Amino acid sequence: MSKRARSIWEIYRWPLLLAVIIMVGLLSALLGDGIWNALSWVLLAIPCCVIVCCIFVLRHRRDS
Amino acid sequence: MTTASKVRRWYKLHKWTSLVCTAFLLVSCITGLPLIFHDEIDALLSPATDNRPPLEIPHVSLESVVRKALHDNPSMHVLFVTIEEDTPQINVGLSNGLTPKAGGKIAVYDAYTGERAEDVLPGEGLMEKVLLLHRGLFAGVPGELFMGVMALLFVISLVSGTLVYGPFMRRLDFGTYRPSGPRRTKWFDLHNLLGIVTLCWASVVGITGIMNAASDPLFDMWRASALPKLLAPYHGKPAAEHIITPDAAAAAARRALPQMKVTGIVFPNPVMSSPHHFLIYTKGRTPITSRIFTPVLVDAETGQVAMAEPFPWYIHALEVSRPLHFGDYGGLPLKVLWAVFDGVLILVLSSGLYLWFTRRSWVEKGLDHLVAVERGQPV
Repeated sequence: MSKRARSIWEIYRWPLLLAVIIMVGLLSALLGDGIWNALSWVLLAIPCCVIVCCIFVLRHRRDS
Repeated sequence: MTTASKVRRWYKLHKWTSLVCTAFLLVSCITGLPLIFHDEIDALLSPATDNRPPLEIPHVSLESVVRKALHDNPSMHVLFVTIEEDTPQINVGLSNGLTPKAGGKIAVYDAYTGERAEDVLPGEGLMEKVLLLHRGLFAGVPGELFMGVMALLFVISLVSGTLVYGPFMRRLDFGTYRPSGPRRTKWFDLHNLLGIVTLCWASVVGITGIMNAASDPLFDMWRASALPKLLAPYHGKPAAEHIITPDAAAAAARRALPQMKVTGIVFPNPVMSSPHHFLIYTKGRTPITSRIFTPVLVDAETGQVAMAEPFPWYIHALEVSRPLHFGDYGGLPLKVLWAVFDGVLILVLSSGLYLWFTRRSWVEKGLDHLVAVERGQPV
């Protein structure tokens, strides 16, 4: 596995995307009903899936 | 300042702000879990047997209901009347003094018939008790201020943690999790992964927590800005004696803002409204506007509308801070997801505590080493 130093963008891009997804998800259900609620549920489920993937699925990583 | 010593400073800020607030945050997370579902829990504990639709304008006059409430509770004052939106009920807020904090109750009446339904004593319901614990650890106003400070420390901890995340992840892929390594590595990875993924949610909950803790001062700020010019003509006059009925006040508000629903009428009161005006709360009918209240001040003696302007931005921010903090909106799936995020935060906090307890952790040793190297000191 590579030990090269990552750039700021490489380190923060996934966290930033997740933050945007969460923000839109939080506001969507607040501002509308029906489909906006459903959008919120889908978006807020994404960070939960990411966590499950990282812990249980992607076990091969051995970077240090 | 060298880069490594900058990182070490942010790390120390993160460590110490977290340390002070973590125990109290854990209490907030645990008490917050049932509060997400307070509507469902309330419905379970006191199932609604009334299936009649709610009434925006009750069939009985508010004045008749207020008279009944005062007749049944002669030593108390009427502070406010609210019209329930989900069930056909009228709530009369009674108190021994000028605010609910002086001790009082809510007398509930049927909106179709005016019959007395029940008396609700504040702080009695299970969810109310959990909320009191969550907000201020049962310690009243000082407790709420304290928890507000804890929320502030939490937000500072989140910011400093995010800044420290970068340097620590320079040689690691996003989402690295090494469960077969030493235990502290595993918990370090978990803390970073869970923390950074849910950072936005935690920040929103933390910031809205601060806002909610500041709700009384913010409301007082609005009153201090809006009321003086309205009260100037009344300077020197005694408080209103022969006041109009709450029905007349509500009708005046409906005429001034025909597209809004009247949900609450606060009687003239030097603390909660104005000594010479009724304060009427109105809200809109769409999902967005139903969260934003527009206040109407109606002269208590003449029934004239003195003011019907929207609240300023900081009160609107406060109004959206409630649902955004508790996650009790958006349907059951959103509440379930909110509970999952809450659980993740509990893990982040617990892993943080574990990492802190690992004395002279290799993280700090590593940072000290880097600082020494950058400064050209012997290692």
